[in-house]
Amino acid sequence: MKKITAYFVSLLLLAANLQFAAFGQANKELLIKNATVMTAVRGTLENTDILVRNGKIAKIGKNLSAGAGAEVIDATGKFVTPGIVDCHSHTMIDAINEGTLSVTSMTGTRDVLNPTDIAIYRALAGGVTSANILHGSANSIGGKNTVVKFKFGHPVEDFPIPDAPPGIKFAMGENPKGSNFSRPGVAPRYPRTRMGVIETQRDAFLRARDYKRAWDDYKAGKTKVPPRRDLELEPIVEILEGKRLVHAHSYRSDEMLNLLLLADEFGFKIATLQHGLEAYKIAPEIAKRGTGVSIFTDSWGYKLEAYDAIPYNAYLLWKAGVVVSINSDSDERMRRLNLDAAKVEKYGGVPEEEALKMITINPAKQLGIDKRTGSIEVGKDGDLLIWSAHPFSVYSRVERTIIEGETFFDRAKDIQKRADLAKEREELEKLDVNKPPAAGGTQPRVPSERRVEERDDAEFGDGGNQ
Amino acid sequence: MRFGILDLRFAIDMKLKNLLFTLVVIAFAVVSAFSQNDGSEQNQNGRAGTFAIENARIVTVSGATIDNGTVLIQDGKIAAVGANVSVPSNAEKIDGKGLSVFPGMIDAGTNLGLSEIGLGVPGSVDVAETGDQNANAKAFKGINPHSTHINVTRVNGITTVMSYPAGGTIAGEAAVIDLSGATQAEMALVPEFGLVINFPRISTFGGFTPGFGRQTVEFSEAVKRRDKQLDELKQIFRDAENYARAKDADAKDNSLPYTPSSIRLEPLVPYIRGQKPVIFTADRERDIRGVVKFATEMKLKAIILGGQDAWKVADDLKKNNIPVIFTNIYNLPVQDDDPYDYLFEAPEKMQQAGVKFAISTGNDGPEIRDLPYHAGLAGAFGLPKEDALKSVTLYPAQILGIADKVGSIEAGKMANIVVADGDILEPRTNIKYLFIAGKLMPLTSRHTDLFNSFKDRK
Repeated sequence: MKKITAYFVSLLLLAANLQFAAFGQANKELLIKNATVMTAVRGTLENTDILVRNGKIAKIGKNLSAGAGAEVIDATGKFVTPGIVDCHSHTMIDAINEGTLSVTSMTGTRDVLNPTDIAIYRALAGGVTSANILHGSANSIGGKNTVVKFKFGHPVEDFPIPDAPPGIKFAMGENPKGSNFSRPGVAPRYPRTRMGVIETQRDAFLRARDYKRAWDDYKAGKTKVPPRRDLELEPIVEILEGKRLVHAHSYRSDEMLNLLLLADEFGFKIATLQHGLEAYKIAPEIAKRGTGVSIFTDSWGYKLEAYDAIPYNAYLLWKAGVVVSINSDSDERMRRLNLDAAKVEKYGGVPEEEALKMITINPAKQLGIDKRTGSIEVGKDGDLLIWSAHPFSVYSRVERTIIEGETFFDRAKDIQKRADLAKEREELEKLDVNKPPAAGGTQPRVPSERRVEERDDAEFGDGGNQ
Repeated sequence: MRFGILDLRFAIDMKLKNLLFTLVVIAFAVVSAFSQNDGSEQNQNGRAGTFAIENARIVTVSGATIDNGTVLIQDGKIAAVGANVSVPSNAEKIDGKGLSVFPGMIDAGTNLGLSEIGLGVPGSVDVAETGDQNANAKAFKGINPHSTHINVTRVNGITTVMSYPAGGTIAGEAAVIDLSGATQAEMALVPEFGLVINFPRISTFGGFTPGFGRQTVEFSEAVKRRDKQLDELKQIFRDAENYARAKDADAKDNSLPYTPSSIRLEPLVPYIRGQKPVIFTADRERDIRGVVKFATEMKLKAIILGGQDAWKVADDLKKNNIPVIFTNIYNLPVQDDDPYDYLFEAPEKMQQAGVKFAISTGNDGPEIRDLPYHAGLAGAFGLPKEDALKSVTLYPAQILGIADKVGSIEAGKMANIVVADGDILEPRTNIKYLFIAGKLMPLTSRHTDLFNSFKDRK
């Protein structure tokens, strides 16, 4: 296969986007007929219709009708679920870690969103409609998050969910310690131990508390000169005020508990423990604080702090009353979260609807977007998936992905477009600029950053163990 | 009874029972299931005996499925299978009502036992030897028979794997092992199965620079570099051929000057003579075509490991009778404009084109147990379900040359058998009984052990 320049790849993508946009026009009304509807909160409804009007679910019932001009989909024999919400993703960001400092709360993923990332389209093809776009885990306190809907083909401003509460990434353990990577020619960064990680976090909260007091004093007229704005501490003050959700990457139960105790000390709540591989060991402590846990179903053993991870984690946490979600942390895994949810029925015996909640309404709750998405209920956003078979069957496929009534993935149309795209590619390859170097073409440009692995551990390009 | 809790999902109806009651039921079931779990009392390497699995659906894979029949296990083997089997009086009977019997699954492309914790614990990793030519490195010698990955993998129905070394151009010899045994020898089905060669690729990677940077070389330079590696590879095979002839001559005529032994060349002899397969890792079309050309020229018996683009090389592969161990169906498509299901469809395309293939995870340990879902995914994207099942049972057995022993349920084969409450490729299916070489294995692992340690913590 001839190399094609990055420039023309982007042109191709642009062309692809336009095509998707062409079939992704928002319908004022969309009627899905005769499906098996898994609502995620009110059981499974057989032979049921769903009417979406102006992006919202208007009616759920039998023998519904729509106005003229509505798109009507016959979903006989098919399953409909809410769109999947992925509570941990680094999709569509051009940079993951501001790895230079251990506290980088001044940064945020909103500044690096790339709405043309093809991973978005692939995630849509796996049924993900909303995602928590997080900073990486290289820092004790990382950057601010962005909660998005994957409106692929739309301008970037359409992606962030406007009323999603803001959040921030924290990280514990091997990654903020920098245990598993070294950068040639770069000196190791503080902290190097779990002792140092928790103290780095405590130090930030102490500074933030003082900073808040300085502002409070100024606002109360006790001081005359306004404090200098501190972009690092402002988001941490918001945490103290309960206005910003903490999503904390953590593996070992002891480090999770240390963070919960730190939150107790400063009077705030951790919104989610992300990954939480050993959360099952401290399920009662987590449940008591109302902290959510967002896990991998069954990833384990890929590093020492993942050695005690068990696939029964979801079951044990659910049993203890913790709100559990299942995330991907991966452009790849994101495409099959339905099967990760299916596995928790096997490992322990989480009931079907509870398992479905773990990829829909539960992550929506953890992200504070459950009023609009995560279940099939009247009044909620029309974020819906049509599946060829039961979504927990390995043989099922997403046929259509709908966000707010607009179709963003349609398998039938995707297949139709393939011949056109292949032809377009062939034509582009014939252009002079795309000739291979040996035939007088220019050297292909190597993209400046290209992630090859997904997990946080691989963010430094060490490519894992092989 | 094993893991009664796993059946509970069928009994729980959240609409009918209140949550508290359900939790009490579950807690009770968990306690009782594990208190009477005979698995933990069993030897980790199973309990031998004569077993009759009766009234079960038997998915033989090689022949027709028997809707209601018996599998008799005796002396480590499948003694009989069919609708009417006479069961000896000493047989331990297993009621298979509502259950299905499958051959144990086979993952033909792993590093199982060679890596305990892949990242950050180098002391536990023996996957890749240093240096470029490691023909004498044998996975058989590196596999840890007590790796926790073995139990975790087998309790999901995988009974046999090929485990291969991965370092250098000539990486070493892969072993085919059963997932049971206290020593490497007890595990081995084929201790030195085939030679793994990481087929030289055109790579423009030119090393790391301080910080995060990578250097690249010109494409034409990368091509030259690849060609040089290929020449070196050919040369070492030719050296091995000459070495073998010299050694043969020595043996016949001791008046000849003695040929000193070479640990570098000796292991290559059966390969250059076409007696054993050479497993070439290659994914891209260009590289797979390169393998075919190389193997034909050097008269090697080849297997492709990886094979993501193999369907594009179907004619060449078929003509030369080269099978494919297809790994990493979960990988993202390489090019941005590849169809989203590019790899999901690849097995079906190989099937259509008549390429012999098996589906493998390509994993180093922790996620080999996901093998059934890799095959199932191919099943969702065009591969007929029965072929999806064959791609992790009979097909890998054939490619690994062990189809006379495993890969299907036939009288005379080793009793590597999985009894499940549904389609074993489905993620919600529960494994109920597991036999390896006729031994009833405990359905316990590091994961059930940890579960038991913490399930009652309040």
